[in-house]
Amino acid sequence: MSASLEAAAPEAATATEDDAPLYAARRKIYPIAVHGRFRRIKWTILIVTLGIYYLLPFVRWDRGPGAPSQAVLIDFPNRRFYFFFIEIWPQEIYYITGLLILAALVLFFMNAVAGRIWCGYLCPQTVWTDLFQAIERLVEGDPRERREKLKHASRGQRAFEAAAKHVLWLMVAWWTGGAWVLYFADAPTLTMQLLKGQGPLVAYAWIGILTFTTYVLAGHMREQVCTYMCPWPRIQAALTDEYAFNVTYRYDRGEPRGSFKKTEALKLAGLPGGDCVDCKQCVAACPTGVDIREGAQLGCIQCGLCIDACDAIMTKLSRPAGLIAYDTEMNVRARQEGKPEQYRVLRPRTLLYAALIVVIGGIMVGTLATRSSENVAIIHDRNPFFVLLSDGSIRNAYTVRLVNKELVERRFSIAVAGVPEARVEVMGEPKEGGLPVVTVGPDQTTEVRLLVSTHTRLPAAASLDVDFTISDLATGASASARDHFKGP
Amino acid sequence: MAEAHHNEVDAASGVSTTGHEWDGIRELNNPLPRWWLWTFYACIAWAVAYWVVYPAWPMVSSYTSGVLGWRSRDAVQVQLAGLRAQRAVFAEKLEAASLDQIEQNPELLAFARAQGRAAFGDNCAPCHGAGAGGAKGYPNLNDDDWLWGGSLEQIHATITHGARSTDDAGHQGNMPAFGTDGILQRPDILAAADYVRSLSGLPPAPDAQIAKGKEVFEANCAACHGPEGKGNQELGAPNLTDGIWLYGSSRADIVADITHGRGGIMPAWGGRLDEGTIKALTVYVHTLGGGK
Repeated sequence: MSASLEAAAPEAATATEDDAPLYAARRKIYPIAVHGRFRRIKWTILIVTLGIYYLLPFVRWDRGPGAPSQAVLIDFPNRRFYFFFIEIWPQEIYYITGLLILAALVLFFMNAVAGRIWCGYLCPQTVWTDLFQAIERLVEGDPRERREKLKHASRGQRAFEAAAKHVLWLMVAWWTGGAWVLYFADAPTLTMQLLKGQGPLVAYAWIGILTFTTYVLAGHMREQVCTYMCPWPRIQAALTDEYAFNVTYRYDRGEPRGSFKKTEALKLAGLPGGDCVDCKQCVAACPTGVDIREGAQLGCIQCGLCIDACDAIMTKLSRPAGLIAYDTEMNVRARQEGKPEQYRVLRPRTLLYAALIVVIGGIMVGTLATRSSENVAIIHDRNPFFVLLSDGSIRNAYTVRLVNKELVERRFSIAVAGVPEARVEVMGEPKEGGLPVVTVGPDQTTEVRLLVSTHTRLPAAASLDVDFTISDLATGASASARDHFKGP
Repeated sequence: MAEAHHNEVDAASGVSTTGHEWDGIRELNNPLPRWWLWTFYACIAWAVAYWVVYPAWPMVSSYTSGVLGWRSRDAVQVQLAGLRAQRAVFAEKLEAASLDQIEQNPELLAFARAQGRAAFGDNCAPCHGAGAGGAKGYPNLNDDDWLWGGSLEQIHATITHGARSTDDAGHQGNMPAFGTDGILQRPDILAAADYVRSLSGLPPAPDAQIAKGKEVFEANCAACHGPEGKGNQELGAPNLTDGIWLYGSSRADIVADITHGRGGIMPAWGGRLDEGTIKALTVYVHTLGGGK
């Protein structure tokens, strides 16, 4: 027994060597600050997007009396979504679906033009992480300074700085959660309630949840969200093609890398010498800790900060900027082989996405512009289907729901067509000109019970098509719905 | 022997073994993580505490009640009290308002109809059907034919006190069993049935004796159903001249009615449902479409 075990052991040992561990401990990343064109773009986007997010709930929009005056409001208790001049009812949820489809197509389009623009500049995870890293550098200093402090600064100072950083992070996170809940209620009122400690419990709970997620995701998880949690890098890799611009290390120019002195000497000697001096500033600046010189990779969110870092060094060395730049792998290879470069922004993929965006956007604008502001829905009584009355006539009962999407009270007449000699009655509602009239409040629905009876003898098991038409007594605007009239 | 193996480390995995060995296969010693183990211990402690605090063990005729004295019945009572408090605003208004006032106030009407629909489903639907469509022997409440009257007050009285119920204030009045009690003979019953069918214009049978039936009717039936057969809501005697037949309109159905008598029972809901619910039910039934 033991002999066979020993014989098996060496094999097993080699097998374990091949099995690299599935778990890799995380290396904390402290990117250095960079200055340059892409950093300025990122700051601008950060200020604009966060500004919109934090301030939009306070923008007012007058909709008249009785309606909320907040430009963007998700009103759950009243089941309405307001966006400036647009008001969406729950049954119009397809506009939200359309918006999501548009968002996906715009994402695909951006990806086809220039890769992970979303990831690098616009994604909330990127924007908030960028902000949190800026706070970290502000309090604890640049990575080099931080390393020095870890060695030399007093324990008290380090503890103070760590505490200050986390307090600032929590304040930003708390503000993030606080702005979130303002989209669901009147922002100035809710702000005052929250400040006085009189806000609804659910608001505090959501502020708590979003404070926690913001603090954890932007402060502690950071690039792990992108590399492990987010599906987009995988989808993006499957969607992209060789013409899409990516943040690319131009190895045709950079290699063979070496120190400035050495490569200058090589160049003077007429030997190949690359522009990359292997200063590793691109790695130091990377918020996800990748080395762009290894080519396109899952971890790279294409934020362009390595471009700024590299350009700064190249400028100092009086070498041309753009050793790392938005380019394509295909063109890098083409230049290396002395072939012409190919740039094709207009290609079937981008044209298709653009066309789809235009078509779906056009459909949405068209339907929004032409949607009716009144509606009617009918439910036939299921039990009983019909009722025999004492005078021998047949009656059918319907539940009618009238929808008034305008912000004024409206009166609708209900006309029923398709039943011979029909007598129409709406329980508890008056008649005008022989037709029942129902009043529907501003931006509301009203449900009434409508009875249709006829003395005409119907064929056995008759089922007549009946059209119900509601008409606004003031404007004449109408809507109709079809149901059936059943006989014995 | 087991001790000697105990800390032996498995070469392949680098994990110590438990000393258990079967046919040369040794068991690796991968203990549960400490937090997991403590979670188990915490669960055990929780379970023990639960036995002490909450009802736990069944006894012969009772159970251990726990030191908190918690009972599921009490918990339900608390929830019911909460529900009543929630409904109180409208329930009080319903109780205070008259039936007419409820029907004329759109807000109260909507509430009464909603509550009435729910209460109808809970209490009335087993006989009258979920949509109050009725069945043979159980009146359809959607139509305009009422045994005991279709005004708000009459419907309210019928729900509260019932018909032929245990409540002395309920409606009384029975269709006698003319055949089984020996009051009428078979030929008279057939003739009476033919006459009754003719009252609402149903086609007569070939051997119908309508004139004879009329005589039988006037002598035996008119007292309750009226000389013209229009019925009497005081007695719950149905109108025999309309198109609605609770027990069917065929000759055989009507012969059976006369022979064996009829008298459906509507329970008295006065003691079982509160006044607000009965009012809601009244309004709901009245607004189904047939209310007078």
